[in-house]
Amino acid sequence: MELQAVLMAAGGGSRMMDLTYNTPKPLLPVGNKPLIWYPLNLLERVGFEEVIVITTKEVQKMISTDPKVKLDVKMKLDLVCIQEDADMGTADALRHIQQKVKTDVLVVSCDLITDAALHEVVDLFRAHNATLSMLMSKAHEFTETVPGQKGKKKTGEQRDFVGVDGTGKRLLFMANEADLDEGVVIRKSIMRKHPRMHIKTGLVDAHLYCLKKSVVDFLADNKSISSIRGELVPYLVRKQFSKSTNSPKVIDETHQNLKKNDSNISSRDEELLHLTQERSCWNDHRGDMSDAYHGGRLRCYVHIMDEGICYRVNTLAAYIEANRLAPKLFDEPAVHPSAVVSERCLIGADSIIGASCQISDKTSIKRSTIGVSTTVREKVKVTNSIIMHGVTIEEGCNIQGSVICSNAVIGRGADIKYCLVGSAQRIEPDGEHTTASPHLMSKACSA
Amino acid sequence: MADCGEADGPVKKDDIVRAKNEGKELTKEEKQRLRKEKKHQKKQKDEKRPSERVKEKKPVAPSQPVATQPPTQKAPTVLPASAPIPVPVSGAPSYSSPAPSPADKPAKSRAEQKAERRARQEADRASKQQSCSSSSKTKAPPSELNPVVKRLPEHVQVDDPAVVKRLTKKFERQQIPLRSDYDYKVSLFSHLHQYSRKAPLTQQLSIPSTVIHPSIVRLGLQYSQGIVVGSNARSVALLHAFKQVIRDYTTPPNEELARDLVNKLKPYISFLNQCRPLSASMGNAIKYIKKEISNIPSQFKEEEAKTKLQTCIDRYINENVVLAAKAISKYAIEKISDGDVILVYGCSSLVNHILCEAYDKNRKFRVIVVDSRPRLEGREALRRLVQRGISCTYVLISALSYILPEVSKVFLGAHALLANGYVMSRVGTSQIALVARTFNVPVLVCCETYKFCERVQTDSFVSNELDDPDDLMVTRKGKTQLENWHDVSSLRLLNLVYDVTPPDFVDLVITDLGMIPCTSVPVVLRIKNLEQ
Repeated sequence: MELQAVLMAAGGGSRMMDLTYNTPKPLLPVGNKPLIWYPLNLLERVGFEEVIVITTKEVQKMISTDPKVKLDVKMKLDLVCIQEDADMGTADALRHIQQKVKTDVLVVSCDLITDAALHEVVDLFRAHNATLSMLMSKAHEFTETVPGQKGKKKTGEQRDFVGVDGTGKRLLFMANEADLDEGVVIRKSIMRKHPRMHIKTGLVDAHLYCLKKSVVDFLADNKSISSIRGELVPYLVRKQFSKSTNSPKVIDETHQNLKKNDSNISSRDEELLHLTQERSCWNDHRGDMSDAYHGGRLRCYVHIMDEGICYRVNTLAAYIEANRLAPKLFDEPAVHPSAVVSERCLIGADSIIGASCQISDKTSIKRSTIGVSTTVREKVKVTNSIIMHGVTIEEGCNIQGSVICSNAVIGRGADIKYCLVGSAQRIEPDGEHTTASPHLMSKACSA
Repeated sequence: MADCGEADGPVKKDDIVRAKNEGKELTKEEKQRLRKEKKHQKKQKDEKRPSERVKEKKPVAPSQPVATQPPTQKAPTVLPASAPIPVPVSGAPSYSSPAPSPADKPAKSRAEQKAERRARQEADRASKQQSCSSSSKTKAPPSELNPVVKRLPEHVQVDDPAVVKRLTKKFERQQIPLRSDYDYKVSLFSHLHQYSRKAPLTQQLSIPSTVIHPSIVRLGLQYSQGIVVGSNARSVALLHAFKQVIRDYTTPPNEELARDLVNKLKPYISFLNQCRPLSASMGNAIKYIKKEISNIPSQFKEEEAKTKLQTCIDRYINENVVLAAKAISKYAIEKISDGDVILVYGCSSLVNHILCEAYDKNRKFRVIVVDSRPRLEGREALRRLVQRGISCTYVLISALSYILPEVSKVFLGAHALLANGYVMSRVGTSQIALVARTFNVPVLVCCETYKFCERVQTDSFVSNELDDPDDLMVTRKGKTQLENWHDVSSLRLLNLVYDVTPPDFVDLVITDLGMIPCTSVPVVLRIKNLEQ
């Protein structure tokens, strides 16, 4: 077996607590499918037959019991539960399943929605015998207005600096602005080996990593690393260029120890590989006297997507954007066949109506997503909004640019603009709510 | 003649047939005996009906004469002898009909039925012969002629739709995706495959590849992206991947390792062929390994067999690549004298090895490296030689006639040596040999014997490799002139990989068997075949 897929679905969604305080992040509906369906669909399309899903007990319970959460994937899902309060990072989770990992792994995050060609990432991993191969994408500006936020989103201080070589494939440098004190510091050894480096800042990390098995074993020995993106990847990128340090738990040694543990056949294989590289007249760089890859054994590669959809749904803005674009990823009909839609309503072309909905007369639904089992009464106008499952919208409401969570009830004649209504909340009839009084109202009602 | 075949025929046939009916597989000897029996009977039939010889070429005919022959000749002899053994008589035509049912019929009516069947088949044959007599060719049966008309290999018949269809069906059967050609071909080379590097074969494979072993997928990627380049490197990498395949192989139940492993390797070889056409050295390595696998005695246990194969592969590489390089450098160093100016072309691993060895043995010489687009492999050769300390000059092939008056010898590497003495090597080599001949500079080709192949070719058109034409596009100062070459309807780009050099331009071939003239290649091939 070549690769094992691992799906990280234990994250809390800490940057969109308004949505996730009731529904766990992997089960948030995007385009009327749970968020976790998208990476699972990606893996299934590409040809995986089994996935190890690391998640919390709550999510596991909901997947197995809740009929609305249907993951119709044909793959075999191996659900591994971890404690929610253990505060495990992604690397900790990988360490937890080290026994199950028998070959190289492909780690995917549950909030990734993309139509990328995965074979590009895996081909880099295979062809160059890389230790790490990841996917990144050019970031797109979010154009939708986010409910509950006034004005434009200020650019975060958390920029990522990614340095790649001339071909755009080899990853030379990776640092987050938060870790840098004053400026970007690049070591001379890197500059000597790769004099031309392109540093990019506007990239979104898709959190999709191909890792060699020896990395997972290395994690088992080094318990101080807890996050893949935050600590492991920068460590590996730095390690490409360091001479062997005196720390005993160095990853190169782990490579070699593992090879020694196999029978002596692998040492002869190493010789053959070395002979091949010696006889092959290929070099990955030119201009200096060193061999291919500068003789380094650890290599990190990145595939940067120029076009295509690649979103990580970890903020409210991303969630809304994803809901707009999700329909393009699958070709199910926009209006679910089991929805009861009366004839005199206007449903725009880019709206999605979920199963078992009831849409009454004279409603107008534009650029919106209506969840499963939602009831929409007469004369309602829904524009640019996301309505989740089980919501009841009484007559005459006007909902614009808002997110209404599951099982909420919107009273008659309510006018809601750019708001976020929490789960199972009731909005009084004839209320008028705009951004001026944002999502706080959900907490106020519940309290 | 027929009688002596008959005497022991029935008895042995009984055994064979009984074994078959009991579900055991026939051994090789029994199968050969069966075949001999069939041939004998065919010959008898020929003597009776010489005019119908033609028919035996047609696929329909063979089964029928064979099926009817045994009953007609055996019925009188076998019937009285084998009344208590009903099985064998029915067993003879049983290869074309299910075994158990005829055994239930009583003996008498069987003879009648056979007679009826025979009459019917003769009537059919007569009518068919009349319809086909107009189109029948006088082809003698193959067993009497020297074997088989050689067919063109499929990879040089890409413009023939029938061949393409056959290939597609073969790939479907082997569950390998088909790599589509990059259609903008020069019409003179439309019979060859041309692939684009932007459309790798892995696009159509599932990612944890289950049909094809992961190390073969990795190898295919490395071939198509040009990471493993050069005849020796490709063969060594291929054998390394095969070692891993053999290590991970388990014999399925009811199968023999010798036969099943060869069948397992066939789809892998087709896959690699699509990633990049196989080289002559790879072809010879594959022949060797297939022979080794089929020669594994059936009493070997799986672990023993696998270890034996691994050691065979190691030995093959050691003898044919590593030791051969040592032997060739020993001979070649005799030809390098102090003060020489040696010209090399592109990056040949063997020539680089020779030059480095000669330098280590304190010969004083300098090297001129000639390079050509689009591959620019000479840069890598230059790097390796300069790293050792050899003083080098670097020119492009267009400056060849300018630099040649300085040169005292030309050393060339080869991709393959053909049976008529032609040298197949990187495109540009024949140019170098031609110009060197004009300047009376000796040309020495260095080639290991495992790259000798039995093909015969006199031009570079019939069989060659077309590389990705987009490699010819080069960006200078931000401008790519050929960027939209697709739009110009009268323009096609051609990126050839190999060319053939006639033996008149080559003065000496240095092989691990010694220094031979180019025309002695068939002799070496014959010796090698005898050894095997």
